[in-house]
Amino acid sequence: MQIILYALLALVILAVIFGAVLGYASVRFKVEADPLVDQLNDLLPQTQCGQCGYPGCKPYAEAIANGDEINKCPPGGEATIKNIADLMGVDAKPLDAAHGEEDVKKVAYIREDECIGCTKCIQACPVDAIVGASKVMHTVIVDECTGCDLCVEPCPVDCIDMVPVQQPTSHWKWKEPLIPIKNLS
Amino acid sequence: MQSELSLLEQIKQDKIWEFPGGIHPPEQKSLSNQTAINDLPSCQRYYVPIKQHIGSTDDILVNVGDDVLGNQALTDANLAMTVPVHAPVAGKVVAIEPHVSAHASAKPELTIVIERSDNQKTISAQPIKKWASEDRLTLATQIKKMGLSGMGGAGFPTHIKVNSAKPIDVLILNGVECEPYITSDDVLMREFAHDIITGGQILQHVLQSKICVIAIEDNKPEAIESIKKACEGIEGFKVKVVPTKYPSGGEKQLIQLLTGEQVPSGSIPADLGIVMQNVGTAYAVKEAIIDGLPLTKRVVTITGDRVSASQNVWALLGTPVSELLLHAGFNPEKDQRVIMGGPMMGFAVLDAAMPVIKTTNCILAPSAYKLPEQGVEQACIRCGLCADACPAELLPQQLQWFSKAKDHEKLEDYNLFDCIECGACAYVCPSQIPLVQYYRTSKAEIREAQQEKIKSDKAKVRFEQRQERLEREKEARLAKHKASAEKRAQALQKDTSAKDKIAAALARAKAKKAAKAEESNASVPATVEEDAAAARKAKVAEAIARAKAKKASSQESSQSTDAAPEAETLAKEKPTSENKEQPESQSSEQATPSADELRKQKIAAAIAKAKAKKAKSD
Amino acid sequence: MFSSLFKSSPHGAMGMTTNQVMRMVCYATIPGFLAQIYFFGWGSLIQLVLCIVVALVSEAIILSLREKPIRRTLGDGSALLTGLLLALSIPPLAPWWISVIGVAFAIIIVKQLYGGLGFNLFNPAMAGYVVLLISFPVAMTNWQPIQPLLMHSMSLTDAVFVIFSGFSTEGYSTSQLKMFIDGTTMATPLDQFNTSLAQQLTASEILDFDIYGEYGGMGSQWVNLGYLLGGLWLLRMGVIRWHIPVAMISTILVLAFLASLASPDKTYPAVHHLFTGATMLGAFFIATDPVSASTTPKGRLLFGALIGALVFIIRQWGGYPDGVAFAVLLANMCVPLIDHYTQPTVYGHKGMKK
Repeated sequence: MQIILYALLALVILAVIFGAVLGYASVRFKVEADPLVDQLNDLLPQTQCGQCGYPGCKPYAEAIANGDEINKCPPGGEATIKNIADLMGVDAKPLDAAHGEEDVKKVAYIREDECIGCTKCIQACPVDAIVGASKVMHTVIVDECTGCDLCVEPCPVDCIDMVPVQQPTSHWKWKEPLIPIKNLS
Repeated sequence: MQSELSLLEQIKQDKIWEFPGGIHPPEQKSLSNQTAINDLPSCQRYYVPIKQHIGSTDDILVNVGDDVLGNQALTDANLAMTVPVHAPVAGKVVAIEPHVSAHASAKPELTIVIERSDNQKTISAQPIKKWASEDRLTLATQIKKMGLSGMGGAGFPTHIKVNSAKPIDVLILNGVECEPYITSDDVLMREFAHDIITGGQILQHVLQSKICVIAIEDNKPEAIESIKKACEGIEGFKVKVVPTKYPSGGEKQLIQLLTGEQVPSGSIPADLGIVMQNVGTAYAVKEAIIDGLPLTKRVVTITGDRVSASQNVWALLGTPVSELLLHAGFNPEKDQRVIMGGPMMGFAVLDAAMPVIKTTNCILAPSAYKLPEQGVEQACIRCGLCADACPAELLPQQLQWFSKAKDHEKLEDYNLFDCIECGACAYVCPSQIPLVQYYRTSKAEIREAQQEKIKSDKAKVRFEQRQERLEREKEARLAKHKASAEKRAQALQKDTSAKDKIAAALARAKAKKAAKAEESNASVPATVEEDAAAARKAKVAEAIARAKAKKASSQESSQSTDAAPEAETLAKEKPTSENKEQPESQSSEQATPSADELRKQKIAAAIAKAKAKKAKSD
Repeated sequence: MFSSLFKSSPHGAMGMTTNQVMRMVCYATIPGFLAQIYFFGWGSLIQLVLCIVVALVSEAIILSLREKPIRRTLGDGSALLTGLLLALSIPPLAPWWISVIGVAFAIIIVKQLYGGLGFNLFNPAMAGYVVLLISFPVAMTNWQPIQPLLMHSMSLTDAVFVIFSGFSTEGYSTSQLKMFIDGTTMATPLDQFNTSLAQQLTASEILDFDIYGEYGGMGSQWVNLGYLLGGLWLLRMGVIRWHIPVAMISTILVLAFLASLASPDKTYPAVHHLFTGATMLGAFFIATDPVSASTTPKGRLLFGALIGALVFIIRQWGGYPDGVAFAVLLANMCVPLIDHYTQPTVYGHKGMKK
């Protein structure tokens, strides 16, 4: 009887000690992590283009956190899907073609001669990258443009083009030359 | 980190340290270093890219159609990291347009095309003969104005390097030239040793460094001899001979060889008190200061088994590669490769119109037999030859797996960015994996990803700020509406006749609705008995509605925003309740309303509706 | 992966290709292989042909299933080398199906199922060998004593018959063929040593047996010498690096020497360790297989030393007569760990924390 008591006592003491250690460790070494939505939002390209079917990147991040598919972001493409898959611990899958295809990076360009100054594109731009005022010409701040495409549709005179971004040579991928190879012989 | 004194002491010793790895490819230098430097015959057009260095560019100072003199500056250089370019010959600017650039991608870059004229005039030189009494800034400015940037490889602006904010103890003149085939520095040292040493003295003066070391590989005995002779009797100048091994001419490797120190990752040699310049740059410094000449020509080695006369030439910057090849007797074979730079780090010339620029040290036309191209890539067998050859002690083979998997995090963990792309790993790889190409691709991808991350962060902030702004504007609008509604309500209080008007309007609206409903329901059949009951009911309902409307309008707190929806609901409810119950009552009770009345009712209804809509939308 | 028209620097290569590396390793086995034939009869040659054919055929089948280029991949010589190494490890008169199973397992399971050349975690030849050893222990330990000691001499046709039917032309079974001139049988030198120790014999008494030579097993000391010669040639040609063989051999030497200091009567002598069994074949040809070995310089030393220690431990205390195969496989498992902890300090990172 006494032995059992001792054994129980020992177990209880051990349990208390380990519990205290674990409890202390969980407080002391707590890993501060961003909420999942913020982490997901950080991975998205922030074009705010809405191609995923949500009104911006954050809503889509929330949707992913709630179990939506991870392959609905064409601007982010393969790389973004891979990063999200890593974060969520799921398998990466190919981009859902229903939401668009991965494309070269583009920015909006307003053909300024044709612009009538209707401000419709300014209202459409999710990142305030278009400057201008009523009845005067508008222009795109190229550095701020995310290439989301949203300004093209509202333009009543169709004067907005999406032009591919000129990549500096430091971003050239060493895969193929940028000019046709001339025969040297 | 070592103290300055010990670094100096280390340098002063006659010891040469070692760096790990490295390879010994066949040197092939004797092909081109047997003859003196020739002058290249002038050609018709020169293609001067406005950017031949690392950094930014400034405005172009000439226009198409302008006549330019030799040595005239073509671009401005007001920004810190800009270096101007100069006209190599007198002539006419025939075009300023994108032209194939001297870069591995051959991406067309803005280039000033000058057509040579017969009348060769140059602008008057402005030398600084008494450089020893000039201050640092004046000399650095002159160096910048004369368009100097590093001539060894990367093309870093020289004036930035010599204007280091950190105290510099050691100036190293790099005459190692470890790449196979290239001999341009070799012959320059042989023939212009005194000018190089003078340039070194000027640099020494600008930097206020304590010692100047000229490092030369032991496979250039003639150059060592002539530099040693030129150094005689000059205090603080020391020639150090390093063993032949590729890539001992790399900046970091040479510092390790001479001092035993490593440049910490992410730092520059200046952090250790060291500045390194190529011997060609030292020569150009002498020209820029003492002769006042801008950098418009350089020594270029033309070599390889497919040119009949391998040699070194003074080539004007902007000369197309095709001219150089022509001069040396180019005899192309099938699928001939032409390489700008050496076989280890140079790049393929994709178009012979590519111009010679400040960093072009060699044009190589090898035969496939002597310099076989890498074969088809095979599976990595993890043999580790690459790790043995790597001078930076990286694990090229691991990097290769990560590069193929696009695992950027791991690549940075394994210090991809400490790779100097010397090519030793790919050279020894038995599976002929283009390792350097994988690293370059990954580096570009990582750089791009980082920039995209910055951009997306910025976009996120802007998006959030915009959302906030929209929210704020919406609230402000609401507040404004509320305020104006209150004002209206107060005005109503004061003016009782207005109340009546509203009540009347509501009643009219109701009546009109009813009329409308009746019109639409006129065809619904009904029995006479039902009619009587329905008519009574309708009357009651009408009365109630009227009372309600009155009550609503008379309510003290009533506001148009509140009243209007109410009115609307009433107006809407009415017809629906009447629809079923009094299909014919209106017609029996009230005589058919005159056209005038009808119109009035319609207008009133429209006003009420509009009001209701507005209230709703607010 | 890259456009074939466009190549980044460096332009040109050293010239030694994977195919050449594999071929040179094959050539380097010739001295040892000749010694093996001289002492253990023609069986080895037949096994060699059999194993190589099976290796190439199974590699080709899997490559065609995986839709990979067959001719080019077979040409790299890696499958051939796996077959060759296994042939050298199998008892010369082992029945044909042993070789077929071993080689097929090595190529199909150990190599190709892991992704082919460069991706296999384990040394294919050794993994195949171990599978055979565990599955068919009797056949796999049934080494013939060396030819001069044999009662029945063997011709090439005898060997063919024994391998494919189990009986020689004169109707002797493999166990009969194992008989010495005096009609007794004995196990392999390492096996016999342990057995005899259990019978209370001392080391020096055991070493007086006919099957032991001056430095090792009577025949196997010459075979080992042959492999040592081939290995030194490989070192000289720059095909293998010194780290693994040196670390492995010196570890065996040191441990055996220490053990014999402790109890000289019960320990197989240190030098004998080197020239018996598969020591030299393992040190120069098997442990140096780059795919499954460690790749960092320090890691290679550690890897070699680990194999050496395991070989000694298994020989000294283990149930199996020789331990090279087990040692190599166990060390293969440790490679990722070794590689991770033996990364060299990258230029400019001295004194910097990761």
